Amino acid sequence: MQEVLKTKEADQSSRQVPECLTTEGALSIREVGKIYDPEGVHVEALAKCSMEITAGEFVAIVGPSGCGKSTLLNIMAGFDNLTEGEIFLDNQPLATVDQPPRPGPDRVVVFQQGALFPWKTVLENVIYGPVVQKGMSVSEAEKRAKEMLMRVGLIGTENSYPGQLSSGMQRRVEITRALINNPKILLLDEPYRAMDTITKGASHQYLLELYDLTRKTIFFITHDLEEALFLADTVHVMTSRPGFIKKTLAVNLPRPRNFSMLISKQFMEMKAELVEAVHQEALKAFIAGEREMA
Amino acid sequence: MARAAKMYGVSFTVKVRRLFSSKGFVRGSLAVFTFFLLWQIGSMGLLPFMHAIPTPIEVVKVFWEFLHLTKYWQSWGNSFLRVAYGFVAAQILGIPLGLGMGWNRNFKDLTYPLFELLRPIPPLAWVPVSILFWPTNETSIAFITFIGAFFTIVLNVLGGVSSIPRELTNAAVSFGASPKQIFWRIVLPATIPSIATGMMVGIGITWNVVIAAEMIAGNTGLGRMTWEAYLASHTAGIIVGMISIGVAGYVSSMAVKAISEWLMPWKKIF
Repeated sequence: MQEVLKTKEADQSSRQVPECLTTEGALSIREVGKIYDPEGVHVEALAKCSMEITAGEFVAIVGPSGCGKSTLLNIMAGFDNLTEGEIFLDNQPLATVDQPPRPGPDRVVVFQQGALFPWKTVLENVIYGPVVQKGMSVSEAEKRAKEMLMRVGLIGTENSYPGQLSSGMQRRVEITRALINNPKILLLDEPYRAMDTITKGASHQYLLELYDLTRKTIFFITHDLEEALFLADTVHVMTSRPGFIKKTLAVNLPRPRNFSMLISKQFMEMKAELVEAVHQEALKAFIAGEREMA
Repeated sequence: MARAAKMYGVSFTVKVRRLFSSKGFVRGSLAVFTFFLLWQIGSMGLLPFMHAIPTPIEVVKVFWEFLHLTKYWQSWGNSFLRVAYGFVAAQILGIPLGLGMGWNRNFKDLTYPLFELLRPIPPLAWVPVSILFWPTNETSIAFITFIGAFFTIVLNVLGGVSSIPRELTNAAVSFGASPKQIFWRIVLPATIPSIATGMMVGIGITWNVVIAAEMIAGNTGLGRMTWEAYLASHTAGIIVGMISIGVAGYVSSMAVKAISEWLMPWKKIF
């Protein structure tokens, strides 16, 4: 069995994957802290949370519920401010203490619950960004959207409403809607949380294909350790609240990733390492009786 | 949408066949039939307390006569007009007010307390003051129907705006939408389902209110017609009035439903 896996892996590494050509989307998160309601309840969600993300890196953040993962993502997306530290995107300040939160199409979020506009068709959803930014005319945006939908296997659904699609397809549309803006970073907030295992597997495959195609920096939040290892280049484990990075694990699985890797020895070892790190934090959070915050 | 309809839609004849062969339909029809049978037996004097009520057959006869009277159709017209005035005015004023309250904190702080102060007053309690205030009977009745629908629609719209998922507005902001674009392109369409619910509830209340107002203050309309039949001890006429009011309410509800479906093509999937 081991032999078979090894040859399979070798086989895959010989398959050509475009070398990382991404030059945009490097993030530097420096000692970020966030306190909610400092004068009142005073909840410290993040404390001295730091990490470096290179351009085109696929980063997964794992940690117990309520550890501040989503808080960090919201700060990066510009939905929330930070109370300490700073974040740089390609050496430009993205979020600082003095700067009010500022969302933008260069870092689009794909949400846990999904945020497709239910009253717009798939096509209208996808062209929303370019049209609202007035970067493209409607017909131009539609043409481009159709190309992208074609590439991701969603052609034929463009006139459907999101409610008519499966959850897996909805996420795909949402990622397409994000990518059409040509963002520097994709922020994914547990996008596959509510999915059954089978749909999840298919969605992973799809996301990996897209990643191999575009090599955008991806910041992926999840509870699912296997998911994190299978998708990411680097997995950061966050502590329970106040959250900071407790452990960083480089995932040295070759790309393109394949499902047989899920049962490889290497994968199991990494998973064991992660489980231990996360479990301690989960226990701490459990004992503290903390609930999910964001 | 058209594609979905083709995939899942069933033809009209199949629908009708399914309806007639369904157990639910048979049971329902049985119940309706039994109701009319008991009514007939009861009003023939065979059941207690029902001797004063005309038989269904008598009612049908009187109904037929009514259908030939212009006065009957005028009553319909009058009531419908009053409902329409009150209802439309309630939408025109209530939807923007609800949207404004939900969208702008300051505006809500300013208007909500007064709104909540007036809301518990039942529409019919407005009858005397509106007769005093409005120059004609017609305007006072329309005003009372307006009150009936107004508070409901405002509350529904306000609730709708407040419960828009945060993700939707956040996503729009991410894509670079301005506050104005968010209001018109996100908040407004996201509130349409609540507006539809408000309209649905509102039209029901409007009919309730208009009938009562006509009985108290009107000279015309279906409510007045029913009341006059009572004053004339014309019992079959009372029942014809009741049935007419029911039909009128049903027709209005269907019209409102059709409007809301037209407003929300994304809700109608199959």
